[in-house]
Amino acid sequence: MQFMLLFSRQGKLRLQKWYVPLSNKEKKKITRELVQTVLARKPKMCSFLEWRDLKIVYKRYASLYFCCAIEDQDNELITLEIIHRYKAYFILDEFLLGGEVQETSKKNVLKAIEQADLLQEKTQNMYHSKSFIGCKKAY
Amino acid sequence: MPAVSKGDGMRGLAVFISDIRNCKSKEAEIKRINKELANIRSKFKGDKALDGYSKKKYVCKLLFIFLLGHDIDFGHMEAVNLLSSNKYTEKQIGYLFISVLVNSNSELIRLINNAIKNDLASRNPTFMCLALHCIANVGSREMGEAFAADIPRILVAGDSMDSVKQSAALCLLRLYKASPDLVPMGEWTARVVHLLNDQHMGVVTAAVSLITCLCKKNPDDFKTCISLAVSRLSRIVSSASTDLQDYTYYFVPAPWLSVKLLRLLQCYPPPEDAAVKGRLVECLETVLNKAQEPPKSKKVQHSNAKNAILFETISLIIHYDSEPNLLVRACNQLGQFLQHRETNLRYLALESMCTLASSEFSHEAVKTHIDTVINALKTERDVSVRQRAADLLYAMCDRSNAKQIVSEMLRYLETADYAIREEIVLKVAILAEKYAVDYSWYVDTILNLIRIAGDYVSEEVWYRVLQIVTNRDDVQGYAAKTVFEALQAPACHENMVKVGGYILGEFGNLIAGDPRSSPPVQFSLLHSKFHLCSVATRALLLSTYIKFINLFPETKATIQGVLRAGSQLRNADVELQQRAVEYLTLSSVASTDVLATVLEEMPPFPERESSILAKLKRKKGPGAGSALDDGRRDPSSNDINGGVEPTPSTVSTPSPSADLLGLRAAPPPAAPPAPASAGNLLVDVFDGPAAQPSLGPTPEEAFLSELEPPAPESPMALLADPAPAADPGPEDIGPPIPEADELLNKFVCKNNGVLFENQLLQIGVKSEFRQNLGRMYLFYGNKTSVQFQNFSPTVVHPGDLQTQLAVQTKRVAAQVDGGAQVQQVLNIECLRDFLTPPLLSVRFRYGGAPQSLTLKLPVTINKFFQPTEMAAQDFFQRWKQLSLPQQEAQKIFKANHPMDAEVTKAKLLGFGSALLDNVDPNPENFVGAGIIQTKALQVGCLLRLEPNAQAQMYRLTLRTSKEPVSRHLCELLAQQF
Repeated sequence: MQFMLLFSRQGKLRLQKWYVPLSNKEKKKITRELVQTVLARKPKMCSFLEWRDLKIVYKRYASLYFCCAIEDQDNELITLEIIHRYKAYFILDEFLLGGEVQETSKKNVLKAIEQADLLQEKTQNMYHSKSFIGCKKAY
Repeated sequence: MPAVSKGDGMRGLAVFISDIRNCKSKEAEIKRINKELANIRSKFKGDKALDGYSKKKYVCKLLFIFLLGHDIDFGHMEAVNLLSSNKYTEKQIGYLFISVLVNSNSELIRLINNAIKNDLASRNPTFMCLALHCIANVGSREMGEAFAADIPRILVAGDSMDSVKQSAALCLLRLYKASPDLVPMGEWTARVVHLLNDQHMGVVTAAVSLITCLCKKNPDDFKTCISLAVSRLSRIVSSASTDLQDYTYYFVPAPWLSVKLLRLLQCYPPPEDAAVKGRLVECLETVLNKAQEPPKSKKVQHSNAKNAILFETISLIIHYDSEPNLLVRACNQLGQFLQHRETNLRYLALESMCTLASSEFSHEAVKTHIDTVINALKTERDVSVRQRAADLLYAMCDRSNAKQIVSEMLRYLETADYAIREEIVLKVAILAEKYAVDYSWYVDTILNLIRIAGDYVSEEVWYRVLQIVTNRDDVQGYAAKTVFEALQAPACHENMVKVGGYILGEFGNLIAGDPRSSPPVQFSLLHSKFHLCSVATRALLLSTYIKFINLFPETKATIQGVLRAGSQLRNADVELQQRAVEYLTLSSVASTDVLATVLEEMPPFPERESSILAKLKRKKGPGAGSALDDGRRDPSSNDINGGVEPTPSTVSTPSPSADLLGLRAAPPPAAPPAPASAGNLLVDVFDGPAAQPSLGPTPEEAFLSELEPPAPESPMALLADPAPAADPGPEDIGPPIPEADELLNKFVCKNNGVLFENQLLQIGVKSEFRQNLGRMYLFYGNKTSVQFQNFSPTVVHPGDLQTQLAVQTKRVAAQVDGGAQVQQVLNIECLRDFLTPPLLSVRFRYGGAPQSLTLKLPVTINKFFQPTEMAAQDFFQRWKQLSLPQQEAQKIFKANHPMDAEVTKAKLLGFGSALLDNVDPNPENFVGAGIIQTKALQVGCLLRLEPNAQAQMYRLTLRTSKEPVSRHLCELLAQQF
């Protein structure tokens, strides 16, 4: 996976995660272009599109669009389910690392977090609120 | 959604965030932020040492401010301090801050790296994971340099926890993707493969991702993964939906891992071991069988996960392309999906079937779905799905259904989305040409194209129809009649005028007998469009007019009148003016014989690759045309398209098989020796509107053509590789072909040209270099009419070159159609000075026989030259500075080419150095200067070339700051004269 963007129906970027090194200018350009393209699509249309030499897989949950850019040989349907899982987890690094799925078991992800919990009693709330902030205001 | 923090003590942060949220205006927000920044600054600067908790809190605030879009220029040190805390949240915030905020050239890097090192060595799995995540998230080259060597150790260490192994595998993958040269291969690779056997499914998932990436470069090192992957896959596929517990996703066992394993297997040919292969085939069959079972859940997640595996399985079946039974089953399965109510599945089925169409085993099965696909093209509401349907129609087209498909595509074109019109036009044009049963159909189709979508008909398309009409005398009369009729339309597209103008100018005489299309009628019809057209078209029409004077002497007076008109003779456009003046004079001074010679009918065009096909490939990337096969599966290919030769009197050049259009049998480049500029003008129509008719080749072109390699004497034998059919790994590539050095030498002073050519294959090169970077385009042209299979060009770095030169290649399509060309892009980075060029190994199968070929890639150290201008005194000063004997290399040699000062100059400039005038007291001598740019260092170079015309000798002297470079440059350059 090359990158993942979360944005609202109004086109506001909520979260971005890049797994390839790109300049800020490029990122902005890509984001603008993609948000426009995806928002212009009607609800019944398919979740995949070709864009530059990448494949875009997107899904809308309530008013939030989850949008992943994958490479030509990657599998579209499983990416859709990554989005679904991702939505369930919302914890980035335990699930996705460097653009690859790290752990697909829900329980193990939680276990990893619990382990962190044990280290200190006032715990993952912080971790959560941090990703939460990240979602609220994308930089 | 995570709960908002409750009672974890960072109240200050919560208050600050809610303050910001409550700000009514941007100004208020900025004010609040500035206040907070001042507060934090004073805390950090204050003499009271802050405890970890406060540091964490303030760093969090800074992070939040940064995420709001404000610049943060302090606090890095405090964040780095947090890294060494042994409290989880403090450490974690520290890592978060530096992952987001610290850029690679910060001087803090050393401290950060130290903290990461400590955590990696801490044996505390949570800390180790935090550190690994940080490395992966930053993923910079510096991180790679610091840790790439440690991570493999952590990955394969027996005592690493599962979670650490997972993170280590993916972290390594990230570093490898960013800078492959930094990750050392070694004995750990074998142990990574064994992670496929790990008990922990998460570890296996991470390991598969890593191996899939690594094995692309070193397939043999990871070969043992095949059997492990197969047995893993087999266990998953045959497990019940509850066996894998956590790893079962909506009743599908381990879908991610299954997909990744199937992906990994696609990096290799089918397993050689019969038992492994049997087991794998069984797996694939099981997946296909399961697709027929009723779903275990109505949830879309269930069907997505299940179908993800199914599509990946089909990809693998197509990749192997060796099991007819499975291929046909795959096709039937996709056929079911074509009618599925899920748009996503219809989309994927169309896409996947496109690749199935190119397999000879399933081509026929794909064709049975033609009606469904045509229906999709007409009725799908989503443009991306329609696009896939158009692709599939293109791929499934052959002689039996070409007429139907072409007419459906033409019909679709009338309502097609603007975004894909040009592509559809190209496809129709190619299919019409490729499967033309009679050429009147072809001409009709192209004229229809222009009529329906004239704006989207690119130059390539209408050039092509002209080439074909010119080369085939059986269609010329029909073409003339048809364009004449098309031009009758009150509003016709300019492209129609171009085609009409050209064809009538050449073949108008064939319809002149009919009073309805007599010469004056033809002329006035064309001329009625003249004033509406662009300059390029008007220029073309002027050429048509002069041709008319030759064809129909009765129109001479009228046309001369037109040419003489002030609007032509004094036209503001220099091209039009020149044509009008020259044609007018030509028509008045030349005798009929001369006119007839100058304005003779165009000779047949030498066959080149269909420019349309090339264009479509440029649009779609390599492999776009791969589904279109040659006439091989079409026994009737020898009829009209194969046999007829337009000029039977000429000796046909032998061609390995019947060429589809019979054009290759046309006389070889019989371009007229351009008796007058007028003849040139018409040829130039094909060089685009920017043609410069009266200029000869530019000096540069002349120079290039002089350096062009001579056509090699059919080194067919070189290609016939007696090796067994098994695909050999990359390291046992053969030695470079004997003339590799000679071919390389041709490219020392130039960047573009034909690198290699034999009867099967032509390899062209275009490259550009800037500083220490370069980009090279390799064009592989299949000169035969038979598809190349398993086509795989790879770049190999012999010896130490790996550390000196980084070459990134993109993979190209594994099939190259007959007559087609594929392009490969190479990104090159010169890391330090190097002496040997990388090798290019090209392998493919031609008619079942494996072919292989190794060449030297034309990347020599001088490509990274940057010319340096300097005054005479600077030059001499530097020359003296480089006076150590080992810094100088000198060669005295005999001239191999005529000693022409201009050519020498051009070669030296092509070599890359600047040429300095007025430096050498002897004006016959050449003096140059430049800097070789590499990532690690720069090497200044001075050179002097002294020709001695009497003795036909040269003396070449090079001085650089590095001894091997002087010698190497001297050798390279000495070969050029």
